[in-house]
Amino acid sequence: MKQTKKGSGVLFKVVVYLALILLTVSIIVPVGWVFMASVKQNAEFYGNPWALPAGLHWQNFVDAWVNARMGDYFLTSVLVTALSLAILLVVALPAAYVLSRFKFPGRKVLNTAFMAGLFVNVNYIVVPIFLLFIDWDRGLRSLVGTTFFLNNPAVLALVYAATALPFSIYLLSSYFITIPKDYEEAAYVDGAGYLRTMVKVIFPMARPSIITIILFNFLSFWNEYIISMTLMTDPGGARTLTVGLMNLMKAQNAAAQYGQMYAGLVLVMLPTLILYICVQKKLTQGMTLGGLKG
Amino acid sequence: MKKQKGRGLFVFLCAAPAVLLFLVFMVYPTVSVFRLSLYKWSGLNPNKEFVGLNNFKILFADMNFVRSFQNTILLIVVVTIVTLGLALVFAAILTREKIRGQNFFRVVFYIPNILSIVIVAAIFSAIYDPKNGMLNSLLNRPAGEEILWLGDQKIVIWSIVIALIWQAIGYYMVMYMASMASIPLSLYECADLEGASHVRQFFSITIPLIWSNIRTTLTFFIISTINLSFLLVNAMTGGGPDGATEVFLSYMYKQAYTNSSFGYGMAIGVVVFTFSFALSAVVNAITRRETVEL
Repeated sequence: MKQTKKGSGVLFKVVVYLALILLTVSIIVPVGWVFMASVKQNAEFYGNPWALPAGLHWQNFVDAWVNARMGDYFLTSVLVTALSLAILLVVALPAAYVLSRFKFPGRKVLNTAFMAGLFVNVNYIVVPIFLLFIDWDRGLRSLVGTTFFLNNPAVLALVYAATALPFSIYLLSSYFITIPKDYEEAAYVDGAGYLRTMVKVIFPMARPSIITIILFNFLSFWNEYIISMTLMTDPGGARTLTVGLMNLMKAQNAAAQYGQMYAGLVLVMLPTLILYICVQKKLTQGMTLGGLKG
Repeated sequence: MKKQKGRGLFVFLCAAPAVLLFLVFMVYPTVSVFRLSLYKWSGLNPNKEFVGLNNFKILFADMNFVRSFQNTILLIVVVTIVTLGLALVFAAILTREKIRGQNFFRVVFYIPNILSIVIVAAIFSAIYDPKNGMLNSLLNRPAGEEILWLGDQKIVIWSIVIALIWQAIGYYMVMYMASMASIPLSLYECADLEGASHVRQFFSITIPLIWSNIRTTLTFFIISTINLSFLLVNAMTGGGPDGATEVFLSYMYKQAYTNSSFGYGMAIGVVVFTFSFALSAVVNAITRRETVEL
């Protein structure tokens, strides 16, 4: 009796490890394969896909960076991501603070509205935003002769920040609400005004939530492609990295520049992978805190 | 709290930017989706023709839309069931069993979730490539008999299913791990003493105790499958071959953005939006159980 139980226990363990290893392989191998493919010569792509690269063909990265304009796109992506994070924090932090800790007329309506905003996905509203910008650009052109809203990385950043507002305000508010009122009372007694109290006393306490927001939105802004594809329509103009990569994938079918394309893939993937490996614990913890995804 | 001077102004200045961004880039576009769905508006000319509910009438007779409906339902059902099952099993393994390298597995399983959908599309294009793809070369198909993973109308939707599951397992696993960690150990100790196997414990203790968490994730599954299938299909197959992978939002985007039938596209958006809410409500109602209280 005892022996059969032990036997089945071993079998159970074997099955468990087998399952774990199978899933691990199915994730690591394709991702690793892309890194391998990014240093292959073009001719190597017509042979066995599992063959190791004949040499380290770094030229792919140079080609991608210069010829396929991935360098430009990379800078655009960095700019857009950084700017939208900055806008998001500057706008969301004070709003979450007053919405969660001040009583004023209309507060309930605003809180409900932002909560409802959690259910609005960008995929639905990206075309209306595009139409809105066309309209505004048409108006501007007739007034001053130039356009401003479409094909503008700064405007793209503003849209990113706006679409991330409901979730960020929700996350920050749920933290602000837990801080005892005594902190503010003490600051007021010491003669600090509202602004000073908020910036010097309350914001530093919210650091963990702020970090969570930065991490999550860094990933979603950096990885985003549908808004960017819709609002940055000029083929010769600024593009974000993901959209540049998609064009490269489409062009690749015609011109067969495999090496360049996989080098581009690595450029998109590497920043997120590095960040993830540095902060993976924080990220998965934060996820269960907020628990929402696109 | 003692009131200082300028309290109203402070509250206004803190809340106004967030409210403004929210109104312009989220509320207004959402309202436009509903409003434009009642118009016939082709192209970028300013003439809109009010047609009432006519767009919806056309919609339900449109076989392409019906096909995208079927594809979406199939994806929601299959992806939810398989991902839910696998994520639960792996979460239980990683929290309940003594596994070497537990942290390593958790970190690796979450990787697909931090990759851009564009990357996921590129990786799976490399896997499914008929001539030089990873999969066909593993299967060792002779030339001329390759399986067209993305080219065969019968197979392609399953290729999309696999990519979506691959992308989602880690996210839901981490989610379930968090709620499993809060189940008191004493329950499992009792079960061990009673001689219940780990499989039995999984079904009789773990599942009932995290049921409310599972229910919440069912809503996530519905919403995120609708969204992610669009992003993936748009980047990988473009809805092809011949509409075999067209999903709700990819059809909406095509009609509204590529085809410039804005009114018709927005009508699709309204239907999808309503559908996802209704489906979530139904699922929520039929999965209601008495909560297990400890």
